[in-house]
Amino acid sequence: MRVRFWGTRGSIGVALTSADVRDRLAQALLQASGRTFESYEEAHAYATSELDFSLTHTFGGHTPCVEIVVPGDDYYVCDMGSGARPFGVHVLAKQARKPATVNIFQSHVHWDHIMGFPFFGPAYVPGTKLRIHGCHDVLEQAFRLQQSPPCFPVPWEQLGASIEFVKLEVDKPFRVNDVTVTPHLQLHGGDSFGYRFEREGKSVIYSTDSEHKLENRAEAEGFANFFRNADVVIFDAMYALAEAISVKADWGHSSNIVGVELCQMARAKHLVLFHHEPANNDATLEGLLREARRFEELTRGDQPLKVSAAYDGLEIDA
Amino acid sequence: MNVSSRRFANAVVLSVAGRLDQDTCEAFRANLMTVVEDAAHDGGAIVLDLSNLEYVSSAGLRCFVVASRQAKAQQGRIFVAALQPMVGEIFKLSHFNLLFQVFPTIRDALNTVSTEAVAAFEKG
Repeated sequence: MRVRFWGTRGSIGVALTSADVRDRLAQALLQASGRTFESYEEAHAYATSELDFSLTHTFGGHTPCVEIVVPGDDYYVCDMGSGARPFGVHVLAKQARKPATVNIFQSHVHWDHIMGFPFFGPAYVPGTKLRIHGCHDVLEQAFRLQQSPPCFPVPWEQLGASIEFVKLEVDKPFRVNDVTVTPHLQLHGGDSFGYRFEREGKSVIYSTDSEHKLENRAEAEGFANFFRNADVVIFDAMYALAEAISVKADWGHSSNIVGVELCQMARAKHLVLFHHEPANNDATLEGLLREARRFEELTRGDQPLKVSAAYDGLEIDA
Repeated sequence: MNVSSRRFANAVVLSVAGRLDQDTCEAFRANLMTVVEDAAHDGGAIVLDLSNLEYVSSAGLRCFVVASRQAKAQQGRIFVAALQPMVGEIFKLSHFNLLFQVFPTIRDALNTVSTEAVAAFEKG
């Protein structure tokens, strides 16, 4: 399975400003002082291999939308945050006018997780099949509500796709083609659900919008079992631990440190920090990644845990 | 883990030894909250002596925040002192050094509490 991140920011989308771009350009020019490039390709290769991550990338960007890529014609995607717009562009381009079948798995229906749906191109294409899976009773209501006056000018009834809402049962494995998906109740206001995707011995966990306190052993072990031996865990690491426990306690989100602890308990292989705080710039997010990696080193048992930070456009293999 | 306390004027030094994690945090928090109610009010303070604390997890750090919140509500304070290198690094990695005043020694922390507290400490 491959994981493709279309939206990685929590709460609300962000973008680099003109001042940010100028600053990066100036720093890149400084670092390249004295160098000459014969072609765009040569300059691109230099930027890719020699410049710092913080100059050549941005964490972005769009609110949550994560594609789980498996062989076959169907698409699998977690959440319809604003990343659903570029994901939709990708689907339309790949399909080349052939209608798509898209399996959507909703962690919950807070705005940042559904706001991209009205801009999801395939929803307007007749013949497209959308199956929106989730555990909330209000799943369909939430999608219809945001796509009705006065919030949005194109009503639900004008969508060309055939749209089916599929209610899943908590902790009960559900089969879509050759992918097994298991939802798990998480700790978030109004509830959220994580999903465990399994196929051919590989597993990917999508676990966003959950506040893990790890005080209660039974509760922590429940999550560790859900994450058990996962190849990839996409984890809500919105804050630093101090922030998550103090000023932002009970806001429904976790930290990079708790992500490491839970993945170590679960003997997971790769932790991906996700749902980045919109107030954090790229340098701060790089710092949180560096700190999580160091914490993992300090507390490592007999199995190392790889730690990454998601950014819009990142692709990783499970 | 072991916890012991000594009073110095309007401060209590709470010495924590061993590992403070998911398995030990519940008992520690109960112990700490009793000391907070007793000592961290009306200008009084608790100095957490972490010189023998080997490891602290997120659940353990959470105890410090809960206690600090309670202390502030009753006009008391909590300081942290004498961290071992590993615990000191965990404080930095988790940004807890931004939440708590961390002192290199217990004496330094007591000096911030009051002249009476540091004088009592130096008397032994």
